Amino acid sequence: MTDATATVPVGTRNTRSPGTRFVHMLYIYAALFIVASIVLIPLVTTGLGGFKTLGDLRTNPFGLPIDWQWQNYEEILFSERYWRMLWNSLVIGFWTTFLTLAVAAMAAFTLAHVRFFGSGYLLNYFLLGLMFPVATAILPLFIRVRDLGLLDSYWGVVLPQVAFGLGMSILLMRNFFRNVPHELFDAAFVDGCGYMRFFWSVTLPLSRPIIATVGIVAFVQSWNNYIIPLIMLTSESNYPWPLGIMSYRGEYGTDWQMILAFITLTILPTVIVFFAAQKHIIAGLTAGAVKG
Amino acid sequence: MTSGIQALANTVGQKIRENSRPVRHDRPIGPARWPVIILFLPPALMLFTLFVIMPIGEAAWYSMYNWTGYGRPENFVGTRNFEVLFRNNAFRLALWNTGLIMLVSIVIQVPLALWLAMLLARKMPGVVGFRLIFFLPYVLADVAAGLIWRFVYDGDYGLFAALFGFFGLDSPHVLADRNVAIYAVLAVVVWKYFGFHMMLFIAGLQAIDRNLLEAADIDGASGWQKFRYVTLPLLGSTVRLSIFFAIIGSLQLFDVVMPLTGGGPSNSTETIVTFLYSYGVMRMQIGFGSAAGVVLFVICVVLAFTYKRVLMRND
Repeated sequence: MTDATATVPVGTRNTRSPGTRFVHMLYIYAALFIVASIVLIPLVTTGLGGFKTLGDLRTNPFGLPIDWQWQNYEEILFSERYWRMLWNSLVIGFWTTFLTLAVAAMAAFTLAHVRFFGSGYLLNYFLLGLMFPVATAILPLFIRVRDLGLLDSYWGVVLPQVAFGLGMSILLMRNFFRNVPHELFDAAFVDGCGYMRFFWSVTLPLSRPIIATVGIVAFVQSWNNYIIPLIMLTSESNYPWPLGIMSYRGEYGTDWQMILAFITLTILPTVIVFFAAQKHIIAGLTAGAVKG
Repeated sequence: MTSGIQALANTVGQKIRENSRPVRHDRPIGPARWPVIILFLPPALMLFTLFVIMPIGEAAWYSMYNWTGYGRPENFVGTRNFEVLFRNNAFRLALWNTGLIMLVSIVIQVPLALWLAMLLARKMPGVVGFRLIFFLPYVLADVAAGLIWRFVYDGDYGLFAALFGFFGLDSPHVLADRNVAIYAVLAVVVWKYFGFHMMLFIAGLQAIDRNLLEAADIDGASGWQKFRYVTLPLLGSTVRLSIFFAIIGSLQLFDVVMPLTGGGPSNSTETIVTFLYSYGVMRMQIGFGSAAGVVLFVICVVLAFTYKRVLMRND
């Protein structure tokens, strides 16, 4: 680049004087800081708000608490309710992820490697699931789950979540499985290895990246899901956290300091995990989208 | 015995393959296929059919009945649910709002995301941190984001109250005002999702060959010209993808709206899905709610197909 511009001195970027360059950088950083503060101020206020009294919150929502009210957080941390709903979310998320991975990997493997009549149609059938939101069928889904006797149980939430995640998961996994070098197949099959053993001992170990991606997407979606548990669960002891947080807000009305503390504690796991595993999460959530 | 035959068959198969066209997955002779087909496909097929495809079909069926969910649907009413639906003001408002959300997502959110992606796709100190911050709202659950903003907008305690109080003004109760509430919701939607679109664009920008931009530089192109004639055309598929997600996301918007307004005040922030929830689920009007679901389904299918046809032909 430098060589080129040395001979052709018309390039705009390189003819800028240090002064305009500085102004340009200033503009970029100013813009970034403004957007960042719009993103962060509500979040930081929420976290700090949990440390305030209601009066403090009213007169001084932006600043640091005048008097740090640790007992707001303590009260929630020592309540059974908080841990119960995180536990519910965790169990539902675990089974959703596990079943999605197991069921989707088997189907994707068959669709990627086994030739049989109609496999193309079958793939398209699963891809239909990508097109419409859960909401289109939420009422019949409710009736189905009720008729199966799964209403107000973890499974009534897990099974629909898995089913609606299958389209994307199968697509991602199938595309990945197809890239397993076919020499491996030939070698394995000559040695008398069947499809299932190949799946278990070759495909799966080679596919850790896609398993991680699909697993993260499934877990995050389950962790944040609101509408399916809202329809399927009735007793509060089964509520995952998005439902729990709403009913907490319903009970505490305008006791905003408690609600803010509760919100902070419930999103804290997400925020910590996000910053700890940001690379995988961003890759997973955007890759899941891009390849659709 | 079988393994010997199979080994032989495989070698023969390989010979045949070597002599014929080298198709990768063309493996007419190999290990038995039936066990894997019988064991591996049914779980996915059953789950998907039972919980995705059948409910969608049933929605079309139930939508022609007046049914509260008990017993079997017997009170056949034909297309009356749809007639009532389209005469319902709340539903028309929901359609209008959904369109508005779609428009704002495409006209404001996507360009905003692209602009920030352009700023953050270069190498500068701090870019990684900014990217993470901007992506953070997308990772939070919609319900939590909605509740946080419910506090922000609160006219008595929230940030709006403080902001207006600072200028000595009485704070408006934004979410309780039927003329303003929908814009408040729209702001939250942009806040929540722009980071996702920005990440898509950053990925797209990083895939652009730097040499092309340098060539444009040498030719004396201005910053805008480079963007308009080099970056944007090369980013075409990402832009189309981003718009596609904006459309799909707008159609199913629900989680953010519930904690903010629940569709109120007087239905002014209703979306298709909040309408479906409050009129179908809460009142156990399975037939009527299913009709709303069918309308949503038709809109999705029509949009998806037109969009694929018109814009995504090359992708």
